[in-house]
Amino acid sequence: MIKAQRKGLEEIIKMIGSKKKLLIAGCGTCVSICFAGGDKEVSMLSSELKMALKNKKITINQVVPQRQCEKEFNQEIKDQVVKADLVVSLACGVGVQVLAEQFPKAKVVPGLNTLFMGPPKEQGVWFENCAGCGNCVLDLTGGICPVARCAKNILNGPCGGSQNGKCEVSKDTDCGWQLIVDKLKSQGRLKDINKVWEAKNWQTARDGGPREIRREDLLLKHQITNK
Amino acid sequence: MARFKSGSNLEKVFLSGTLAVTGELGPPKSADRKVIAEKADILKGYVDAVNITDCQTAIVRTSSIASAAILMERGLEPIVQMTCRDRNRIAIQSDILGAAALGVKNLLCLTGDHQSFGNHPEAKNVFDLDSVHLVSCLKNMRDKKIFINGEKMDVAPKMFIGAVENPFADPFEIRAPRVGKKVAAGADFFQTQIIYNVPKFKKWMKQVRDLGLHKKAYIMAGVAPLKSAGMARYMKNFVPGMDVPDEYIERMVEAKDPKDEGINVCVDIINQVKKIEGVAGVHIMAIEWEEAVPVITERAKLLPRPTL
Ligand code: SF4
Repeated sequence: MIKAQRKGLEEIIKMIGSKKKLLIAGCGTCVSICFAGGDKEVSMLSSELKMALKNKKITINQVVPQRQCEKEFNQEIKDQVVKADLVVSLACGVGVQVLAEQFPKAKVVPGLNTLFMGPPKEQGVWFENCAGCGNCVLDLTGGICPVARCAKNILNGPCGGSQNGKCEVSKDTDCGWQLIVDKLKSQGRLKDINKVWEAKNWQTARDGGPREIRREDLLLKHQITNK
Repeated sequence: MARFKSGSNLEKVFLSGTLAVTGELGPPKSADRKVIAEKADILKGYVDAVNITDCQTAIVRTSSIASAAILMERGLEPIVQMTCRDRNRIAIQSDILGAAALGVKNLLCLTGDHQSFGNHPEAKNVFDLDSVHLVSCLKNMRDKKIFINGEKMDVAPKMFIGAVENPFADPFEIRAPRVGKKVAAGADFFQTQIIYNVPKFKKWMKQVRDLGLHKKAYIMAGVAPLKSAGMARYMKNFVPGMDVPDEYIERMVEAKDPKDEGINVCVDIINQVKKIEGVAGVHIMAIEWEEAVPVITERAKLLPRPTL
């Protein structure tokens, strides 16, 4: 789901600075699936660093909790985290922040750049297809998201730059609206796009400020009083 | 069509039944009002109104509304282009009010080229609204005196509402229905992408007529003079949504005076498109070559322009 990419070695080395006892902490969920922060990538970074920093007497430990974004999984790696001078996290930005918050004394730096939510297209290729706007409209567009898959998140698309199925920003990027048109046509409901869509309410997206979901029915205190 | 939605000269020309002619002016990449004034003076008397581009191809230039004010001082009527790329709905509505207060009477609603084309590809884009939203926002401001949030205003911006369509973009089949969508949202007139492929434009116009849209809005055919064979080839190969047939490229290659031939090609195209039922005007885009407009309008027998 969450897709990320490893930062370059030089950038990671810069973040390490003069620290000697390193912990590389991967994550066994999303970033394992996209080959950015699983077991293999943690070992790979470890060997790259050992080679690059061989004169500096560093020690490197490796751990891969199942999910760095949930504190109970990080409890299992507490000892290694606390002992390290620096934790290079190969989790997504969510994991990095959870780890940093959970162990306030630990210095945690990101080894990945977190990019987007999306599926694989083919072996080794992933693409963004959900922008997490908080107000899903996929019912209207044949299951193809205009917010994530159109470079201008146009709701009344396509724009005048769509050519041969590709987006005006790049010949390698599909025009999301061409895909929507094709899909609606194949389902015999192309006329659906003649409807003028109202301007979107972006309050449910990032534009409304940092978001939180609060499910009263699931809150622990609520469940206890219910009992 | 109801009489005088905006009272703009362009609207009056359309209502008079004369083939309307508009030009285009690209503001400079500096705070140089002289450039704007000089370009305006070249166009004066040869067109009914002048589009002022809004940081076209996402390159920073003097603002279109500020440039429009300079144009009006010199007795030309501006069509302010407004994109959704750089402004959210707060800035868009604010700029519409400001433009109207300055006396602007035509506004062309665009989504806008993506910033990755321009000279600040690192910029964050906005696209809070799209061009259809912008048309409907302006229509509601003008006719219902309401903002997007439903709040009322005292004095409405009396604007003639323009929109664009590119008959040469894909998918072709939705290009005429898209005009319908913008008409439903409130567009009064349309300017098309530059036409070189006249047969394809004719096909599109037929679809527009079949939907009855030429009776609900004025359609202006977009044209532009080619400067050289190189420019023709570049447009064909590198400008998204531009369709230049080989016939014109060959004419440009063989020409002794390519600039003059470019003007002739443009005049030929005007002569063809103006005969098509439903075409209410031509929009001449001679950016950075404003001097071509007097010659084109002369050779295409579009002069004198009516004074209404
Ligand atoms: S070409 Fe398609 S995907 Fe790209 S901005 Fe235009 S409508 Fe959106």
